[in-house]
Amino acid sequence: MRLLEYEAKQILRDRGFEIPRGVVVRRAGELDQALRSVSFPAMVKAQVPIGGRGKAVAVLRVEDARTARDAAERLLCGQVRGYPVEALLVEEAVPIHREFFLAVTYDTVEKQVILLASGAGGVDVESPDQASPGRMVRRVLDVRRGLQEFEARQVAAKVGLAGRDLMGFAGVVRQAADTFLGLDCTLLEINPLARTDEGRFVVADAHLEVDEDALYRQGDLEKAYGIPRREATGRAPTEFERRAAEVDGIDHRGVAGRVIEFDGNLGLLIGGGGASLTAFDAIRRHGGRPANYCEIGGNPSVRKVAELTKLILSRPGVERIAVIMNVVSNTRVDLIARGVIQGTLEAGRDPVSTIAAFRVPGSWEEEGFTLLRKYGVEFCDRGVSIDEAGRRAVKEI
Amino acid sequence: MAILADEKTRIIVQGITGREAAAATRDSLEYGAKVVAGVTPGKGGAEVYGVPVYDTVQAAVEAHPADASVVSVPAAFARDAAMEALETGIRLVVILTERIPRRDVVEVTTRAREREARVVGPNSLGLISPDRTRVGMVGGRAADVRKAYMRGPVGIQSRSGGMTTEIANLLTQHGIGQSTCVSIGGDPIVGSTYVDLMPLFEADPETRVMVIFGEPGGGRFADEMPGVRFGHAAAIVEGEQGSTRGKIARLRQAGVLVAEEFSEIVELVRQSLG
Repeated sequence: MRLLEYEAKQILRDRGFEIPRGVVVRRAGELDQALRSVSFPAMVKAQVPIGGRGKAVAVLRVEDARTARDAAERLLCGQVRGYPVEALLVEEAVPIHREFFLAVTYDTVEKQVILLASGAGGVDVESPDQASPGRMVRRVLDVRRGLQEFEARQVAAKVGLAGRDLMGFAGVVRQAADTFLGLDCTLLEINPLARTDEGRFVVADAHLEVDEDALYRQGDLEKAYGIPRREATGRAPTEFERRAAEVDGIDHRGVAGRVIEFDGNLGLLIGGGGASLTAFDAIRRHGGRPANYCEIGGNPSVRKVAELTKLILSRPGVERIAVIMNVVSNTRVDLIARGVIQGTLEAGRDPVSTIAAFRVPGSWEEEGFTLLRKYGVEFCDRGVSIDEAGRRAVKEI
Repeated sequence: MAILADEKTRIIVQGITGREAAAATRDSLEYGAKVVAGVTPGKGGAEVYGVPVYDTVQAAVEAHPADASVVSVPAAFARDAAMEALETGIRLVVILTERIPRRDVVEVTTRAREREARVVGPNSLGLISPDRTRVGMVGGRAADVRKAYMRGPVGIQSRSGGMTTEIANLLTQHGIGQSTCVSIGGDPIVGSTYVDLMPLFEADPETRVMVIFGEPGGGRFADEMPGVRFGHAAAIVEGEQGSTRGKIARLRQAGVLVAEEFSEIVELVRQSLG
């Protein structure tokens, strides 16, 4: 779960990092007071959960209150790559003497935590690494005992620092490791970490992601910081996707509702993870135009499947639906069949002409097939592969 | 032969009194797997489908020596359960539980490395050596397992447990059997990756061909997903992964046959079997 910059900075400040003085603004009406509390030059930064804000002109440097107000008002009523700007961070610009890069994250291949540090921060930090690999310092972090002080100093030394800078930087490195482990982060990135003219290390920008699966033991996020659980998405969800998420929330039995909207005429009820991708790719390859992507699984209730079917059929332009899953072992074929038929009927459609393909073999398949036969719906058994089912669905439309 | 587990493998189930674990135990026994004991702290003395339940792994293996453990406990207790199995000397820990905090998973895999034990999962459905044993719940009920799997020369690995069964089913439908099929798990970090298991398949005389089903950032679909982008740190740690097309080209260069569509797997496996 990605935290917004101001949330990340609040947390980092409480953990001993130095953060620029700043204030969060949510409405234009709050601007006067906010602008009086910071000195200039300052940064006006849109708080949206994406990277590349500089390039999207969502981060602006302002020299006085008047230009700050202009920038703030413009950002507040706009969007950044589809995300409405609900908050701004107005903070004093850091007088940067030198930029550093510091990150902690998981290496999912080696199954370990990696700390990265470099004496050259900035927006293109990954490129210089490739040009001269020696410049990015990598260190494996033992999850059980964290980073020792001497290890932090080793990192600082490898970055090329000495004297007071070495000690200051090592302190930040140690705090970063502690924060990453203590907060169950999946990513902690400080870029740039700015060394000021006076030799202080200040977090100019921070990107924190917290492990969604560990939120149950990170109650402080919500209690102390008011940060609610959020779904991670690459872009802001559409209205259709929001309604599908509501369907998934009807009960806790299985998943039927994590949906991504596309512009097409063939509605999809597909699952699980791997099979959904396979079915989706097959449909596209055969010239089909999916209206959505989704991943059904974990034996969802009949009601959830029915509601999702109804929702998909309610989209303008959706002519038919295809129901395709892998050979299921946990999910019950009969419950999926019942849900799809029920949803189709409740949407006022005829199951026979609406269901372009039904390919869900596996547990309780006899019961499921009996039900489909009763309604005259054609179906495929396990002898028909996922991609063949996709091809048939496209042919039907 | 097979990898990881065969008919001699003695299995314990941690969390055996849970609904899913109990059903998996019943189905595995029916399939012929040697489930020798179960563990649920506080429920020692109970029985699940004739399998004795103990309070600790230690007590369970003292009474019933075991080679493998299936961990099916709530996510918050999974780290502890897996550690308990590792400390007791279990060599294969198959974690079915999903959504375990990443830090806990890394603690477990780190400890497993020290103990020279193998972890499969988390978020795995388990593994199966057809006709010999099943560790976990992949394939579901015994009757369903027999429909989808048969013994033969093909090893299967997939992150998705569903696709593990789907690929086996496809091959079985065409008369091609499997040696061992592993659902390696769908979580971001798993104890055994495709690459980790490859040498085992390589060394197994029964396995002549291996099928790997890859997923995000694997599918063409994943490339086109709006907003999917690695941050700086991820790009540095994981390296530039490139597009699906690039990956396919690299696999082909290395002599790997890549199926353009799912059912083409049959043809490619036949080619490889010669």
